[in-house]
Amino acid sequence: MTQLNDHELALKSWQYRRDILRAIKHAGAGHTGGSLSCTDILNVLYNRTLNVSPDTFGSPTRDRYVQSKGHSVEALFVVLADQGFFPASDLDTLCGYQSHFVGHPTRKVPGIEQNTGALGHGLPICTGMAIGAKLDEADWHVFTLLGDGELAEGSNWEAAMAAAHYRLDNLTAIIDCNSLQITGRTRDVMSSEPLANKFDAFGWAVREVDGHDLAALEDALARPLAAGKPSAIIARTIKGKGVSFMEDVGRWHHGVPNDEEFAAAIEEIDAAMARLEAAA
Amino acid sequence: MSAPAPSMYSEAATALATDLGLSKGRANLEVFAAAVQDLAEADRDVLAVTSDSRGSGKLGPFGQALPRQIVEVGIAEQNLVGVAAGLASTGKIVFAVSPACFLATRALEQVKNDVAYSDNPVTLVGISAGVSYGALGSTHHSLHDFAALRAINNVEVCAPADNFEAEQAVRYAAAADRPVYLRFGKAPLYDLPSDAPVQPARARVLREGGDGAFLASGETVIHALLAAEHLAREHGVQCRVASLPSIKPLDTDEVATAAVTGAVVTVEEHMVTGGLGEACAASLLQAGLAPRLRIAGIPDEYTVTGSQADIFRHYGLSMEGLADTMRSILGH
Repeated sequence: MTQLNDHELALKSWQYRRDILRAIKHAGAGHTGGSLSCTDILNVLYNRTLNVSPDTFGSPTRDRYVQSKGHSVEALFVVLADQGFFPASDLDTLCGYQSHFVGHPTRKVPGIEQNTGALGHGLPICTGMAIGAKLDEADWHVFTLLGDGELAEGSNWEAAMAAAHYRLDNLTAIIDCNSLQITGRTRDVMSSEPLANKFDAFGWAVREVDGHDLAALEDALARPLAAGKPSAIIARTIKGKGVSFMEDVGRWHHGVPNDEEFAAAIEEIDAAMARLEAAA
Repeated sequence: MSAPAPSMYSEAATALATDLGLSKGRANLEVFAAAVQDLAEADRDVLAVTSDSRGSGKLGPFGQALPRQIVEVGIAEQNLVGVAAGLASTGKIVFAVSPACFLATRALEQVKNDVAYSDNPVTLVGISAGVSYGALGSTHHSLHDFAALRAINNVEVCAPADNFEAEQAVRYAAAADRPVYLRFGKAPLYDLPSDAPVQPARARVLREGGDGAFLASGETVIHALLAAEHLAREHGVQCRVASLPSIKPLDTDEVATAAVTGAVVTVEEHMVTGGLGEACAASLLQAGLAPRLRIAGIPDEYTVTGSQADIFRHYGLSMEGLADTMRSILGH
């Protein structure tokens, strides 16, 4: 696949957002807000960072990506379809009878590394993967995407401790820090802040970035932040990003737009893409 | 100095075992540790993952001989299973070792999702299982592991009865393309009189007999065998005895064969809820078979305190208790 230029990369985020909304609207189910908050992260991962493609997916030296916040699977499915792992038309079966495209990642879908969905599982699994790579003296890298609400699961901190203990600088955890979870503000439900201090205290190298700044994400994800330490990228994001009436509104956690809302959202996205094109 | 722990075996049981020519082997845990070290020396992809449990898992020598191949996660059972799943996904042959009481319940969701659902063929090793930790109390008894893990799709459940079964089960699990749960206790075990291989869904028949049948698993099997010998010598009753190391999948053919005798006693170091006995009962009813049946195990209560031997005696899992249970359903 040819490398996208920066303009094309920026357009991809909007294309993905449109496809996410279409898939969720078609299925009548999905996690809209969280998928839109991590769209830019997945865009950078799959188009700039990860050494993985449909052709190399069977290779033992591919980079690994595990989406721990599995409920944002619609974003992942859309990106994998765009990367050519399966035809985009497969997404028409999302959440349908006997479809492999269920509401959380499963390995029956090409490109999915591990079955996730129950929270607090991705970081331990990725810690095991990264230890495996170290044992083989292999140089592939492991990435996982966590939600800030998800960090209330204690298994994350068991793994955070182990990853630092084993000096896993081949492991990067990205926190999609949109500050909202199903019940409300993360700070009201169960504070996970100060996140940077926590990961730092656990022995990780930490960087905070604007999770919608593609260049900043690309820079942060391009290499380990420090030798001998796992990397935590705290990506400050906006739930529902890109659709004004969805942004930072809790009900869009798994809200499905009605016909009017869907039309308005697509109109906004198309207008944003037109502005981008005009500016190019 | 406290008094030595009472033997698992009464004088009569010990005399019977000696008369049958049975010899006392090692604890299954020690056999496991030696077998996994043997495998690991031959293949650097064989790993043991431990949760501050290498001592109780008898893996100290493994760790000293092969430090690269032991991954320590500390007292963190959820992470133990998640890390094991991640390692298995990279092609490693992984034994995840933890006291059975924590592995099968605290890490159950990781077993369900990271190992079983994701098809990561980790061997889950529950050590000091059943009431091996006797006097430590209910937090440390693993009397729910058969029930919990039988309910997880894609996991085989295996409780070896002697050193031979333990060795075979470790090698089987290492080569299996699916997750296997192995359950090991701490007590030295008699070697059983059978050289039939350990296979999924296959019982090992230790004794023939047409008056009744014992279907037993794990470390209770020897007690069932001694009970059958006792019944033959003292009461002229001939009982079939089978070891079922594979609790899931179950040897339904052997269960049906046992039913032909008309009287079946199942035996397990597990709560009567959801274990071997209920698995056999379901199998029998679905086959349209209804022998007289007793499920010998730990009742649904907080377990009495004591050594493993005390607890076996209390709940009728010793030779004498099992013989009495069989006589009660035979009307002797």
